[in-house]
Amino acid sequence: MPIRKVMKANEAAAWAAKLAKPKVIAAFPITPSTLVPEKISEFVADGELDAEFIKVESEHSAISACVGASAAGVRTFTATASQGLALMHEILFIAAGMRLPIVIAVGNRALSAPINIWNDWQDTISERDTGWLQFYAENNQEALDLILIAYKVAENEKVLLPAMVGFDAFILTHTVEPVEIPDQELVDEFLGEYEPKYAYLDPARPVTQGTLAFPAHYMEARYTVWEANENARKVIDEAFAEFEKKFGRKYQKIEEYRTDDAEIIFVTMGSLAGTVKEYVDHLREQGIKVGVAKMTVYRPFPIEEVRALAKKAKVLALLEKNVTFSVGGALFQDFSRALINESEKPKIVDFILGLGGRDVTFKDLDEALAIAQKALNGEAVDEVNWIGLRKEIL
Amino acid sequence: MAESPFKADIERVQKEYSEKMTPGAIAVIPGSSVINKTGSWRVFMPEFNRDKCVRCYLCYIYCPEPAIYLDEENYPVFDYDYCKGCGVCANECPTDAIIMVRETK
Ligand code: SF4
Ligand code: SF4
Repeated sequence: MPIRKVMKANEAAAWAAKLAKPKVIAAFPITPSTLVPEKISEFVADGELDAEFIKVESEHSAISACVGASAAGVRTFTATASQGLALMHEILFIAAGMRLPIVIAVGNRALSAPINIWNDWQDTISERDTGWLQFYAENNQEALDLILIAYKVAENEKVLLPAMVGFDAFILTHTVEPVEIPDQELVDEFLGEYEPKYAYLDPARPVTQGTLAFPAHYMEARYTVWEANENARKVIDEAFAEFEKKFGRKYQKIEEYRTDDAEIIFVTMGSLAGTVKEYVDHLREQGIKVGVAKMTVYRPFPIEEVRALAKKAKVLALLEKNVTFSVGGALFQDFSRALINESEKPKIVDFILGLGGRDVTFKDLDEALAIAQKALNGEAVDEVNWIGLRKEIL
Repeated sequence: MAESPFKADIERVQKEYSEKMTPGAIAVIPGSSVINKTGSWRVFMPEFNRDKCVRCYLCYIYCPEPAIYLDEENYPVFDYDYCKGCGVCANECPTDAIIMVRETK
């Protein structure tokens, strides 16, 4: 029987790692993710998880150790956030290029400067071009589930890409909620043993990994990463379906809430989706036709799902906790790419909000709604809007 | 020059590389380092004066490639296929038995 425990998302991530049985965990503590390796080191010390726990001196080393272990052929895990993830940056490309199915739990946190330990998505969003798969959790249960799903997808032979699962700093990492811990036997059935087909070390089968590629081969190697990302679309759907069958919880790349007759659809990710669902309920009581679409999967970018979503609404209001300077938010770019050649498309209005842990309140959402409603009425609005900005101190 | 003991491997590597990209660009047959001659971008080359050499092996130890072997009499031999011309050996040599000279064709 699955057990229910009240826990923080950090603990949920550690539990997910325990259930996935990685052989090597390498991690460096960083706020807000420190509890993840701490909890895992307890599991290892108590003999509940049979794994090598490598204490490293930086995140660059943590991910490097994971690359080494994964290249040797075992399941690996690490956790980080913010500057820590940024410090892993160059190795993230290597992990994806070498097609190593490493999984990272990321407590989504703002990037310096100024130093800020609170939530936004700039850390993982900034790594969107590394080739890693990206999942975003709305709550602590999703943090646990998505890590298991991430392994399932990452290790699929058609994918073989590393994956990161983001959950919002403090809002989730340090907040307790009841979380269902699935049965170990079921997780074992779901994930199975990791059996690497290409990337493993065996003296009887000498290979060179992390090779040098001259211009004659580099493009093809990069293309295979592209192709693997494309393949991941279907594999993710299959993993979601299997997860639902085994554990009863349903996941979709884009989860829709009250979108069927919506004129304005808010699009968002992570824990903010929970807030916006509440907000939409509140608006619906007033007869305002709004809905929410939550991006559970951000990479590979679910282009087809976005196109289907776009057919339902007159205005897509993107609520993002990240900035792509001089452009808007990353979602704004991605949605534009998905819809640019569609013959009929909704207006897309971008909202940047909640950076560095700034609370996103109903009042902020009212501000966004007012702009989205103007767009709905055909009035001119800015494409990019900073919500909740304290203009008086600028 | 004697034929490389890796000749068969090299041919297989070349074939494998040119025909099929493996996931993660793994070289499934060892020996690719044998065909990638890293000495090709050298500008300066070490020139060795056997008379000055005291066989201390500092050059042999410090060569980062390592492109220095020892001959039957334990004198250093430079493998110019892989020597990248960094000059570490010349710097380390206590007797100036190695000097770096601009390489000309
Ligand atoms: S120049 Fe550098 S690479 Fe060449 S033999 Fe000397 S130490 Fe080795
Ligand atoms: S460092 Fe100089 S003296 Fe020593 S072995 Fe090398 S060449 Fe000879």
